[in-house]
Amino acid sequence: MDAMEQLAAPEPEDDAETPVAANGDRIRAVVHNVAFQMAPVIFGCLLLAVWEILVRINHVPPYILPGPLLIAETLYKDFGTLFPSLLITFRITVVAFAMAAIGGLLLGMLFASSRWIERSLFPYAVVLQVTPIVAIAPLIIIWAKDTQLALLICAWLVAFFPVVSNTAVGLNSTDRNLTQLFHLYGASKFQTMWMLKLPASMPYYLAGLRIAGGLALIGAVVAEFVAGTGGTQSGLAYRILEAGYRLQIPRMFAALVLISLTGVLIFAALSLLSRLILRKWHESAAGGH
Amino acid sequence: MNTIEAMPPESASDTGSPTGTSPRSLISIKSVSKVYPNGTEAVRKVSLEVPGRPQFISLLGPSGCGKSTLLRMISGLERHTGGGIDWPTTPYDSKGRPLAEIGFVFQEPTLMPWASVFDNVYLPLRLKKHKKAVVRDQVMDALRMVGLEKFADSYPRELSGGMKMRVSIARALATRPKVLLMDEPFAALDEITRLKLNNDLLSLWEKQRLTVIFVTHSVFESAYLSDRIIVMAARPGRVIADIGIDAPYPRTEAYRTSSAYNEYCKEVSGLLKQAMAGVEDEH
Repeated sequence: MDAMEQLAAPEPEDDAETPVAANGDRIRAVVHNVAFQMAPVIFGCLLLAVWEILVRINHVPPYILPGPLLIAETLYKDFGTLFPSLLITFRITVVAFAMAAIGGLLLGMLFASSRWIERSLFPYAVVLQVTPIVAIAPLIIIWAKDTQLALLICAWLVAFFPVVSNTAVGLNSTDRNLTQLFHLYGASKFQTMWMLKLPASMPYYLAGLRIAGGLALIGAVVAEFVAGTGGTQSGLAYRILEAGYRLQIPRMFAALVLISLTGVLIFAALSLLSRLILRKWHESAAGGH
Repeated sequence: MNTIEAMPPESASDTGSPTGTSPRSLISIKSVSKVYPNGTEAVRKVSLEVPGRPQFISLLGPSGCGKSTLLRMISGLERHTGGGIDWPTTPYDSKGRPLAEIGFVFQEPTLMPWASVFDNVYLPLRLKKHKKAVVRDQVMDALRMVGLEKFADSYPRELSGGMKMRVSIARALATRPKVLLMDEPFAALDEITRLKLNNDLLSLWEKQRLTVIFVTHSVFESAYLSDRIIVMAARPGRVIADIGIDAPYPRTEAYRTSSAYNEYCKEVSGLLKQAMAGVEDEH
């Protein structure tokens, strides 16, 4: 018995030591991971602190450059006027984005269905894309009866191109053997589109949507700048213009912060959507396996 | 060049008469040719009778001998430019296409990554507008044949290369075809997986009693699997020999080490060497 106990004795110590060591490693790994995740936040806070300090040391007047604290304060104080404007801009963005998502998909399918159609139309889609929206916006505002409609058209024009081109590329890059397999089993054109080409182009389409989301917001804001409409229906861009005229620079910044946050939110939401749809099968969303 | 010309197709009947046992062929290929629009002659006047009784036929040859092209013409994936391919015992549709149930297996698994294993195997039936609930058992049967019934809900990316190929075979079997066409299906797999799949394919073939036409460039694979080997030569692609392999089934690892197997390998290798030599003569 004694001999066995002696033999067995060192073992619990070993057992006790290894978990501690493992725990130490694990804690270190967790800390490292959290730090890595938080790195952009830490960097941002640092930047804001430097900004605030520089503004205070150099006594920069708020109408040249307000400090982050003043901007935050203004954002809080003026939230009552800024938030309804944000909602107006956001509404135009969302509707334009939805139209780009649906219209872009349909147009992409049209392009993919016929080389003739693609060859005839694609150059003009490119022309629309490369012509600066600021330059066309005044025309659209003149032509469209309703300003909201004009804004919508501008935002849509900017957003739809990446959806169209991505969809067209995705639809045309279907696996050749799979296409032949569908042919072999006598699949109809509709079946090939619905069961093969559309699912295969999903990663491309979703990537297009992520770009389009941000562009729709930019398009909406730019068009609002050009339209410059005041009154109850004015979006965030007009609030920025207005604040600029009145030299309320902190308010300009506050509106800018809201626009940026909205853009980030749209991108995050679309990334999440993409991940949810693709996670079962696509490398971009599935993570290591 | 002379050596090949001296090997007339008739010599095939000397080696065990693989053709003609059934009064009516399943597939009758008569001097089929394929010339591509750019002038390349992929296949020249190939004739071949695939009998009604189930056979395991290998199309063996060097690359460029048109064996894949021949297989694709049989499947209808490619059109022949001369001669004829008939299915004497199979009804035809209004467009003149045979209504044969064909299963086709590509060199790659060719699965839809967004669909589960079950849905991948269900695809041919879905394309023929069969409701999922009605054919569920049929799909599961096909998965059971390749031993993957437990992976019905998995996605292709979760499977190994060999398992993906099994899914591909299950999909080809889902419609319960009379003919299974396989285009170098195991060429991209590692040796151990390939040997395993060879055995699985053989036992499946014996159970299902279907005709397999198997394209390969491996002498050993064709001599192990087939009861008939069609040896082809390149430039232009043509049949130079039609050999029956008379070893009994089921074939096991014991056959792989038998002298009969070795003799067949030697014979087929010799024919292949002639085919290759002919190519070099032409250059």
